[in-house]
Amino acid sequence: MEKPSYTLSELCICAASEAWRDGGEVLATGIGLIPRLAASLAKMTHSPELMMTDGEAYLVSEPVPVGPRDNYQPKIEGYMNYSRVFLNIGIGHRHAMTGPVQMDKYGQTNISFIGDNHLSPKAQLLGARGFPGNTINHTNSMFFPNHNNRCFVGNEVDMVSGVGYNPSKKLKGMKSEFINLGLIISNLSVMDFKGPNNQIQVKSLHPGVEIQEVIDNTGFELLHDKYVVTPTPSNEQLSIIRDFLDPHNLREQALPDRSDK
Amino acid sequence: MTKIIGSKDIISHIRSGMTIGIGGWGSRRKPMSLVRELLKSDVEDLTIVSYGGPDVGMLCSAKKVKKLIFGFVSMETTPLESHFRKARQEGSIEVMELDEGLLQFGLIAAGMRLPFFTTRVGLGSDILSLNPEIKTISSPYKDNETLVAMPAIELDVALIHVHESDDLGNTFIYGPDLFIDDKFVRASSKTFISTERIIKTDEIDKNKSMFNWFERSLVTGVIESPYGAHPTAATPNYGFDKEHLSNYSKATDQIEWEAYFENYISLDHESYLKAVGGKDHITSLEVPVF
Repeated sequence: MEKPSYTLSELCICAASEAWRDGGEVLATGIGLIPRLAASLAKMTHSPELMMTDGEAYLVSEPVPVGPRDNYQPKIEGYMNYSRVFLNIGIGHRHAMTGPVQMDKYGQTNISFIGDNHLSPKAQLLGARGFPGNTINHTNSMFFPNHNNRCFVGNEVDMVSGVGYNPSKKLKGMKSEFINLGLIISNLSVMDFKGPNNQIQVKSLHPGVEIQEVIDNTGFELLHDKYVVTPTPSNEQLSIIRDFLDPHNLREQALPDRSDK
Repeated sequence: MTKIIGSKDIISHIRSGMTIGIGGWGSRRKPMSLVRELLKSDVEDLTIVSYGGPDVGMLCSAKKVKKLIFGFVSMETTPLESHFRKARQEGSIEVMELDEGLLQFGLIAAGMRLPFFTTRVGLGSDILSLNPEIKTISSPYKDNETLVAMPAIELDVALIHVHESDDLGNTFIYGPDLFIDDKFVRASSKTFISTERIIKTDEIDKNKSMFNWFERSLVTGVIESPYGAHPTAATPNYGFDKEHLSNYSKATDQIEWEAYFENYISLDHESYLKAVGGKDHITSLEVPVF
């Protein structure tokens, strides 16, 4: 069978870029290579209104390519240092896509530590970083390079860094209307939270993936009664990714192509 | 009224059990020459407040940390900080784990001499369940909303690295990001500045003054410390030393850590600069591209 003319990373970048469609004039932050390329692609195709940084402290009018920049000069349009990011988060003008280590059926995410004892965790990770503030204030999507039961956990995540739709975490009088979880992109599928009571549902399967593979590799129950096949990248998308955003093909190291495709 | 002091002099202001805030972010513009003075000293049982990088890791391995107040600890080049991980996994430090913004809000409250800062950040997450000392309050207005009352994080001493300072403590940071340094300074009873360069007050003009982020009344002492952020970055002057950080990162067992301490931390600043490859090496470190 002829190998498709796109790779898994390219498929995921294109699928993930859909997270920002129709989201308005917000700061698009992709943490990690695939989310960053996805945000950049969104800005260069369907959502030019997105705001974006150079990865450090400047807002840019054109997404900055990843890897060695050669002679490329970022097209600076403004300033966005960390202090200002916290103000931007407060007003909710942001949609971040992150790569959590664990997620549960409520969409609660963890990047802090693994284990049930926070005094001496089995594996210390980064700490909660900005997850609690991001998730209580603005839209968030997630990317998982390895769709399996260790990241899509059956119980609650070990440390709730990112807020989800867990009713037992909703304090009396707490305003939860700004909690908004968007897409979950994995190497197998695209999911969202649009089931009843924000239940996670399969939105699309990547070409060649069977629903059973997704079910077997997810620790919680999924709604899967109306999914489609993830759209394959267009030539325009592929050329933006290959020729401009990621000329050194760092995406292939970040998410190797499926050998069994 | 000069505030210029030697780097060792900061130790006379720091006692065991104090709360110390460290400026910078991850592996960027950390006041490492001052951190090394702390590491060499006999103070202990410190509460450290930091957007952590190797500053936190080194203090953990040197057994200086009683409690860490943090939003993350990361080397950035390699996301995880091995010395901090070891201390956490052994259960050898107490922690107050916060969101990055919440940490800032605690510092802002302290800097405004308020008991707490009101925010939604923390609601719905385990930040509240893991830190029962952080309370919620009800809005006194008709919305009656439940909010987090992030307690003020009051510091005894803040340590900050800048590009230029005069002898009065007029400081200038030229990197693209101030990070949260101004909030650390305001939250602290005393602030000690390490600076790449001492300048004369009459060199300061309108252009420079745009890079002056906090007033000199907040500065207690100024230490001239060229390349004082190494092995972290001081953009635009120099980038971080990936190779040095990677070797440090591997030196987590007791024997390797003692060797790292002997080879680098035990030295005075001039000898340290020679030991890590000299000023030309540091100047040649490329400014990181993110």
